[in-house]
Amino acid sequence: MTAETFAHRHPPAGSTPHPPAGSAPRPPAGAEPGGLAWGSQEGGLPLTPASGLGLGVAMLWFSLLVLIPLTAVMVTASEQGWSGFWRAVTNEQTAAAIRLTVATALLVTAVNVVMGTAIAWVLVRDRFPGKRVLELLIDIPFALPTIVAGLVLLSLYGPQSPIGINIANTRPAVFLAFLFVTLPFVVRSVQPVLSELDREAEEAAASLGAGRFTVFRRIILPSLTPAIAAGAALSFARGVSEYGSLVLLSGNLPGKTEVASVRILSSIENDNLGGAAAIATLLLAISLVVIVAVDLLQRKLVRRG
Amino acid sequence: MIAYLFLLVAWPLYLVGRNAFADGLSDLRSILTDPDAVHALTLTLQVAAASVVINTVFGVGISLLLVRYRFPGKRVLNALLDLPLSVSPIVVGLALILVYNGRTGWFGQALESAGIQVIFSGPGIVMATAFVALPLVIRAVVPVLQEVGDEQEQAARSLGANARQTFFRVTLPAIKWGVIYGVVLCLARSVGEFGAVKVVSGNVLGSTRTATLMVEEKYLNFDRGGAYATAFLLALVAVAAIISVAIIRPKEPT
Repeated sequence: MTAETFAHRHPPAGSTPHPPAGSAPRPPAGAEPGGLAWGSQEGGLPLTPASGLGLGVAMLWFSLLVLIPLTAVMVTASEQGWSGFWRAVTNEQTAAAIRLTVATALLVTAVNVVMGTAIAWVLVRDRFPGKRVLELLIDIPFALPTIVAGLVLLSLYGPQSPIGINIANTRPAVFLAFLFVTLPFVVRSVQPVLSELDREAEEAAASLGAGRFTVFRRIILPSLTPAIAAGAALSFARGVSEYGSLVLLSGNLPGKTEVASVRILSSIENDNLGGAAAIATLLLAISLVVIVAVDLLQRKLVRRG
Repeated sequence: MIAYLFLLVAWPLYLVGRNAFADGLSDLRSILTDPDAVHALTLTLQVAAASVVINTVFGVGISLLLVRYRFPGKRVLNALLDLPLSVSPIVVGLALILVYNGRTGWFGQALESAGIQVIFSGPGIVMATAFVALPLVIRAVVPVLQEVGDEQEQAARSLGANARQTFFRVTLPAIKWGVIYGVVLCLARSVGEFGAVKVVSGNVLGSTRTATLMVEEKYLNFDRGGAYATAFLLALVAVAAIISVAIIRPKEPT
């Protein structure tokens, strides 16, 4: 569901058919550090006592639920010092898990960039029967509980596979699980941009003798790049943090199919909270980098639009 | 392209449905008559309902603040609100344990002596679920709020409506579909949460075991039929959510 909401969250500037009804004039981009880059009313009203109280309550809840616990992870990781942290993440089994996770996530992201863009292309530019069903299929990995996703894949690619492919407990299973859960991200971030794209430039280029491939590479691809990159970043982050779909499918064999999240869980179960926190901090750092990258890419997207 | 989607999504999904009904209705019936299984399903529904209520109130409130007001740190808050989407569920569970466990947690010890147990009980499961589903309502409501603008609200206020009247008579009806959209997504995510719940719940049979945990348990205990039947029920919720979202979407003001 992530990319779904994500796509709705950042409409590229061109996608708003009528200008937002904000009364305040829009200051130049980046002029106000407190403003929302994509907000229609960059200034907004100053806080009233009531809304200030609301903000306070909301921030208290958000801190108790999200900020303080995530800080606790980083504090616990730092309590053991740099050497302890380094030992925890370079432990042979952990390092293997992290390598596997990051390498598989990168590979899956590469596949998603190609397939996701192609699927978005088909959904936007072609008309065919069953298109609505296809739209539904793409959203299913968002909404399907991850453990069910694992079971679903296991039923076709596991020991009882009707097509005779059994990849349970192997590395391709990790790849497949990542591929399933990250399917929608690139599609959903490219789709809105592609459907807003001005076709005149393409037609002009074609009439000037550019081949279809040249049109795609020189005209279409440059405008899609930020959206593809944002989708890829999200899909990478989702892959790195995946857990539920792997439980049944990959067997979690140490050094072979064990991913970072599973390592954290087994550290928790062995009451090694420090070690768990160290790996978790590494994953959190990746999440943060991705969020910042997506934020920057989206601003670029809005400017281009 | 279609073959790719078919092999990756459609066919596997169909097989789960078929496996769930491999013995006719008996697997489904045994799930619905087993008290532990019924307890797990009820618990999942209760937790999802609590998480949806919390996230809807919080989400609509924070969306209004983000769109209509200005305050220092707004942009940072806006970015941080997305954090739960890209954090591993296991890390979510770990984070909650570090703060709220009864023995060593930062707040857990005080809460424990006050007689409130968070980890390995209901509140912990609700918090874990609320955590992972937190941004969904906000991300559905913010764009709608921006689209409708605040002219009508200003008009209502200038005609003498107070803040409450303005919100319930003007703002809420205007963003109704955005809120419903967010609630459906939030519900689907809450019903299906697995990793974070696994860490914080303790997975006690008949007490803190949720439906997703039951799927894993049953599968690992070679009760394939039971696992597929439960998975089928969960998948049904997910597919229903996706379809209702697809129906709602065109009605959104664009």
